[in-house]
Amino acid sequence: MKSGLKTKIVKDIRVDVDKCTGCRSCEMACSAFHAVPKYSSLNPARSRIRVIMDETKDIYVPIRAGEYTQAECTGRNLYTINGKEYTECSFCPSSCPSRDYFKEPDSGLPLKCDMCEDEPSLVEPMCVQACQQDALIYIEREEVVDEQKKDVKLDDMEIVFDALVKKHGKKRVLDTFARLSKR
Amino acid sequence: MRYAERGYNLEIDLSRGGIERVETDPRLMELYLGGQGTAAKLLWDRVPPEAEPFSPENLLIFSSGLFNGTPVPAATRTSVNTFSPQTSLMAHSLMGSYFGVEMKHAGYDKIVIRGKSPDLVYLWINNGKVEIRDATHLRGKGTQETAALIKEELHDAKVQVAAIGPAGENRVYMASIDHSHASAARGPGPVMGDKGLKAIAVRGTQDIHTARPAELFEICLRLSKELYDNPNVGDWMATDEDDSFHHDNFSWGNARTRRKDFWSKELQGRWTRLKYDHMDRQTGCYNCPKKCHNVISWPGRQRFSYKCYGKDTYHMAAYQELDFSYDILGVAQELGLDSYSTPQVIAFALELLEAGILTDQDFPGMPSDVRKRYFYLLDKITRREGIGDILANGVSWAARQIGKGAEKYDHNTVKKFEQLPIKLGKVNPPYFLMIATGEKMSITQIEGSFPQDPLPTMEQRQEFVKNWAAVPHEKFKEWFLRWEKRNEISNEASCAITDWNEAMHYIDDSLGLCGFVSSFRGQFGGKTGYHVWNIPQLISLSTGLDFDKDKLWKTFQRIRTLVRAVNVRRGLRRRDERPPEDHWAVRNEATEQKLLGDYYEFKGWNSDGIPTKETLDQLGLNYVSDDFIKRGILTGNGGAPSRETSKEKGEQIESRGA
Repeated sequence: MKSGLKTKIVKDIRVDVDKCTGCRSCEMACSAFHAVPKYSSLNPARSRIRVIMDETKDIYVPIRAGEYTQAECTGRNLYTINGKEYTECSFCPSSCPSRDYFKEPDSGLPLKCDMCEDEPSLVEPMCVQACQQDALIYIEREEVVDEQKKDVKLDDMEIVFDALVKKHGKKRVLDTFARLSKR
Repeated sequence: MRYAERGYNLEIDLSRGGIERVETDPRLMELYLGGQGTAAKLLWDRVPPEAEPFSPENLLIFSSGLFNGTPVPAATRTSVNTFSPQTSLMAHSLMGSYFGVEMKHAGYDKIVIRGKSPDLVYLWINNGKVEIRDATHLRGKGTQETAALIKEELHDAKVQVAAIGPAGENRVYMASIDHSHASAARGPGPVMGDKGLKAIAVRGTQDIHTARPAELFEICLRLSKELYDNPNVGDWMATDEDDSFHHDNFSWGNARTRRKDFWSKELQGRWTRLKYDHMDRQTGCYNCPKKCHNVISWPGRQRFSYKCYGKDTYHMAAYQELDFSYDILGVAQELGLDSYSTPQVIAFALELLEAGILTDQDFPGMPSDVRKRYFYLLDKITRREGIGDILANGVSWAARQIGKGAEKYDHNTVKKFEQLPIKLGKVNPPYFLMIATGEKMSITQIEGSFPQDPLPTMEQRQEFVKNWAAVPHEKFKEWFLRWEKRNEISNEASCAITDWNEAMHYIDDSLGLCGFVSSFRGQFGGKTGYHVWNIPQLISLSTGLDFDKDKLWKTFQRIRTLVRAVNVRRGLRRRDERPPEDHWAVRNEATEQKLLGDYYEFKGWNSDGIPTKETLDQLGLNYVSDDFIKRGILTGNGGAPSRETSKEKGEQIESRGA
């Protein structure tokens, strides 16, 4: 292999929406696995995977919780696939203000899929184990990454600024910093 | 903390607009499990036997099964119990999909509805927040349409809705309650309509706990895989396109004609293409690895789903083909009509027309094409218009109201309830007992653990019993090995077989387990997902109670005897326990009555089918025996039968022919 390149393991879950039966075993299993203590409670509302379903339109899409986002999208696409109309949200993993998926029902705090990282590690994430239809398939694949692009370690100050930039945008932070520095 | 169950019922009084969250007695779970078991106790305790089904005193109870919402796979059934206007007895009704699970996550084991609302309302249950809301804008809307409108109105697609269609609103006896791809038939639909309740919408985000969760979860994950891999459970008709069984053996029309050579390879090919050309997908219920619902898109119709024999009922009643069922099923489901009884009622009406008992004047404007006639009559029955108002009371009542010899054409009901259209040669003794004494009304809700027929060779029988883990006792294997001719099996075996078949249904219907992976599916192949040997462990792990096979069996006996007691108090007696006269061609009254008597004795009931004081007390049902003695029932006094109902609430119709 070329010097400076190395591989990393990427974990994927392949979702086959045609195989989904809407049984929601994945939701049940996820909520059990992430309960504290483990398995002590069952509650699809706490699941980090949800089946977006509309029986009247034959829509069944399991999605896993991704990043939290503060704002909902300003504009959304509608997708027609094989004659069925899906909203962009049908495929979106975000915990977002526009809907109540992927939020702790009591606190409202965002939930995020962690692929069931555990010690000892699971053979497959729990939702995949619970899906007998193979609508969810777990695959690990190697991806080549450029070693030269080292992860930059942020210091404390940078973390603060990074958060501010994420929240308010670079321009506002710079403007504010400029204003502050003139005092 | 309460395990498996939530420990609260939601009590709704529609007359006063009362809403109460009521804690339940934890001992009831140990005695009656949940689901229909605890519902039977409520009906015994709270509905006086003289209460008419269409009265504010009658309760309409939605019960989650004890296993609903736990990791136990295929524990999907919600039971709906009430007193049926058709039979006057306890209505046995179940539906799958998500409703019971959602109820439980909302915090309730049961929703108990009493009283009557002056205007059409729906119930909105959002965890602890419960509202009785106006539903006048939903009047006349279809079942799926109602669910969609409510979800839109509540801005929440995750709400689970159970609704009646216009048929339920008009108190049609064949009306069902529909939820998702499931439907609760056999009685509660018209009662929901009578109470002025269009729908229940429920959303729950609370935790369900089990007693020994890690162990239970691990076992259930394994069980789920086993159920998926096991071809003997689930709906065989979802994957096997050879449906010669129903078409060649069941009767067509008004349970009239057997067409033994109907099925052919050519037909099978054609119907298979028809199915797969129109099927969107197969779906399953909550946390179930099987996929029994066939979801069909038919041009110009609402998307609908069917399972099992529900695919055949309309075209077999009308002597048509599968495309007719596909055309009519979506319409009938939107109207909220049960697909088992409704086609029989229509076939009965058209037979009366042919026989001249009803005339063209009874069917003004009816088209001549038989398919169009079915749509015409669906509409008349749903709206209780003209002859439809009489037919809406089901075959048995309609026959009496029409008179003029129509009673003779009511040849397929037991306890005034339409049976599956099966007409055979010689009596199968366990089937005689099940059809005569079953209180779940349809044979599919009673049969299922012991095979329907003997296997032809000893080798096959030996192969069958080899890994037959479900048998509660080794003697069942011996009986099966010795069984050669369908009609030749001892009374002793017939009683025990009927008892076992019933046991599994009573257990399933209290735990919320689906018959397709349990009680109904032992008869084909023997390898069920659930049986009396593995269920006790699941109860123990989920509830924390110590259960074993003997305790489970006694619990079944307690629930079953209580259901009998509920019905006995409303007048059920030996005289009501008669299969249709032509169910079998060859009959012998003396041997049949001997068998029935032996069965009563086996069950600990007296010669009139009433549980004895000794039986009741031994099961801890002392409150029943006390009541029976007080009422003089154990000395043989009868109760009141139900009466006919018309469109106008409370009004009685005179029999037309009398």
